[in-house]
Amino acid sequence: MAHRKRSATDATDAPWPARLAHCAAQARDPRLKAYFEAGCPAPDTPIHEVPLVALDFETTGLDPDRHAIVSIGLVPFTLSRIQCRDARHWVVRPQRPLNQDSVTIHGITHSDIDEAPDLEEILADLLAALAGRVAVVHYRAIERPFLDVALRWRLHEGITFPVIDTMAIEAHLHPKRRPNWLQRLSGERSVSIRLADSRTRYHLPHYAPHHALTDALATAELLQAQIQHHFNAETPLRDLWL
Amino acid sequence: MQAELIEIRNHLAQHSPFDDMAEDTLDQVVSQIEVAYYRAGSTITELGDLSTHLYYIRSGAVEIYRRSGELYNRLSEGDIFGQFGLMMNKTVRFPTKALEDSLLYLIPAAVFQQLWETDESFADYVEIEDRTRLRTAVSRREKGNELMTARVTRLISRPPVTAPTTIRLQEAARIMTEEGVSSLVLMDESGDKPTMAGIITDRDLRTRALTEALPSETPIRDIMSTGLITIHSRAFIFEAMLLMLHNNVHHLPVLDRDEPRGVISLADVIKYETQSSLFLVGNIFHQQTVKGLKAISKDVRHSFVRMVNEDANSHMIGSAMAGIGRSFTQRLLELGEEKFGPPPVPYCFMALGSMARDEQLVVTDQDNAMILDDRFEPELHDGYFLSLARFVCDGLAACGYRYCTGDIMATNEKWRQPLRVWKDCFSDWIDNPKAEALLNSNIFFDLDGIHGDTQMAEELKALIAGKASQSQRFLAYLARNALNRTPPLGFFRTFVMEEDGKQNNTINLKRRGTAPISDLIRIHALACGSRAQNSFERLQAIGETRLLPEGSVENLRDALEFIAIVRIRHQALAIEDGREPDNNVRPEDLSPFERNHLKDAFQVVSNAQKFLRYRYQAPVGRSLG
Repeated sequence: MAHRKRSATDATDAPWPARLAHCAAQARDPRLKAYFEAGCPAPDTPIHEVPLVALDFETTGLDPDRHAIVSIGLVPFTLSRIQCRDARHWVVRPQRPLNQDSVTIHGITHSDIDEAPDLEEILADLLAALAGRVAVVHYRAIERPFLDVALRWRLHEGITFPVIDTMAIEAHLHPKRRPNWLQRLSGERSVSIRLADSRTRYHLPHYAPHHALTDALATAELLQAQIQHHFNAETPLRDLWL
Repeated sequence: MQAELIEIRNHLAQHSPFDDMAEDTLDQVVSQIEVAYYRAGSTITELGDLSTHLYYIRSGAVEIYRRSGELYNRLSEGDIFGQFGLMMNKTVRFPTKALEDSLLYLIPAAVFQQLWETDESFADYVEIEDRTRLRTAVSRREKGNELMTARVTRLISRPPVTAPTTIRLQEAARIMTEEGVSSLVLMDESGDKPTMAGIITDRDLRTRALTEALPSETPIRDIMSTGLITIHSRAFIFEAMLLMLHNNVHHLPVLDRDEPRGVISLADVIKYETQSSLFLVGNIFHQQTVKGLKAISKDVRHSFVRMVNEDANSHMIGSAMAGIGRSFTQRLLELGEEKFGPPPVPYCFMALGSMARDEQLVVTDQDNAMILDDRFEPELHDGYFLSLARFVCDGLAACGYRYCTGDIMATNEKWRQPLRVWKDCFSDWIDNPKAEALLNSNIFFDLDGIHGDTQMAEELKALIAGKASQSQRFLAYLARNALNRTPPLGFFRTFVMEEDGKQNNTINLKRRGTAPISDLIRIHALACGSRAQNSFERLQAIGETRLLPEGSVENLRDALEFIAIVRIRHQALAIEDGREPDNNVRPEDLSPFERNHLKDAFQVVSNAQKFLRYRYQAPVGRSLG
């Protein structure tokens, strides 16, 4: 099932390997430069050969320009196996104040954050864990833009990278998610493409949400399930990444 | 911050064998886990794949298949699989498929190995599961083998043909011909209710009536077989088979509450299962020459391997092999009696040692002796018995039963004695025990009459059973001797290897395993006055007394069965590979599963020896290392 979409923010005609190569040439920060130089697989690489990394951020809100990252979880994986051995989880100190609403969501409190490092202190580790892998996220409007803004703030240069968005895949599979009034009358419910609800459709177990590492793991499992149900191991990367 | 996979950890922590694992061990396990999703219907592992992981089902359902493709088990959330492949031979033994969409947590082999070696309760858990599996495998095999599940009544095609004991020979022959049966059950009708008194078979008619040209008017009660071996109608066919093998009878009346329901014959069982050991036994009795016997003796090993591959237990294999050995002996004695004429005085040919215990395997010495009637006069009769003994022992050697290195054979005049001499001999061993003498006579305390006037052997068994339990000194000496052979277990549960010449670095499973167990079982059996010879039957008799602490009998039975079956498999493997079977096992050739259980079994033997020393207070001044 071919599936190709580009959001406005990512719009550029150059394929990802070329774009990362271009960024590598431009980058000044050595950590960032190393990240870009690691590049990414060619667009026609079958998905089962692609090194992936599920990535999830907990943030103080949804707007990268107003809110900040409070924790980062990531799990490297492939289509066949998710390797917990290399899973990472960091709580970072946001440069913007925590608001009480977000505390209740991700459970990270002021005292956790007081002891936490600034994102920059873990940046080398974070970028090394992401390097050479294709990031997998559930809802691409968070991780990529938040990291981009956070880096511009600290390093005065931003980041971009290809992502596979499991939510976009669900959206594509369920184009008419919201039933019209007639369908609603006849009892049709809307299809939720939120992480937990999407997982349920693949009979994946319920995981308590809003822990960055658990959500990353949940996202990795979801992609494995999606590929097995709707794509196949040979599906080229270009059909999936955004 | 340490990456904490809460969801994985919490789920594992609620399920065995992870639920009572130490916190940091569990964290360690979780940090090594790999996760994989399998869509319903997809294959998880295939037969023969390398075993790389222990699988834990986080959600969904998995089906486990047999090699044959038949469904073996269905597992769901919280269950594990793949441990057998990891423990046994590193390849997938049971192919698996996702029945539903399933999420699996995979624990790498290295982590499994470490847990298995260091975490006692984890090891127990995965191994106990394995025992259940073995039991399942055995019962499945047994289900597949109808001899083991079908009852003897299945073989009964008609009610028994009976006649009163008062009829004459000719009348009996006429009834059997008219009814078309090979046996006739004879009823004593003198009482209120007819009771079964004897049986006559066509073989009896040939061997007893025709060869001796008995007049047709001979009362049938003079030639019928009495003291009948019978079987209960609820018994399984394989039990009938073992009974026939043990007693060399070819017809078994089947009784239901003392009423004969029918008669089953050797031929009935063979028709039922052409590959059974009885088939070989039937064949043995058809041979007319030693050469013929020698020719079919090569089938003994096939029979043995076949039983092993059918997962028969050691008791059944030991009984079948002993039955076959006994049949060779009996047939040789029959041929000998044809050659040298009928015996001048009655005699009984005795099997000793493993054959008497029904614990014979394929690598075996012959151990035998003769009891002669008390009217025996050496100068008149011994020429005959020596010739007969030579004929039988040479014949047995030709059929693969090696001469006894200790010369405990009927060819040795010391072991060819009248009943009264045997009685004096046993009385002397028991009443005036000497350690050295008993060391060499141990084997005589496993005895069984297999041909001729077997009642004489029964008299000896009765004498032994009556006297032995009364002589603490005798038991103490036997106990002392039994402690000479210790299980090969060193400190920290390491194996102690043998250092005897060419077979370096091996464990002799007979000398260091089954033999010490049967030795100590024999002593307890003698102490409780049992007349049983088979170790498992002796254990049962011991269990009915309070001689041993609770649980000891079961432990000894398990230990004996395990060591015996490892020894048996080792020999079957050698035969299949075209090597000469022996008792020497190299630990590295065993699976970790077998090694671990062997150590447990040896530990049981070691504990049982300690108890033996304590119980019979060996009367010696020096220590018994």
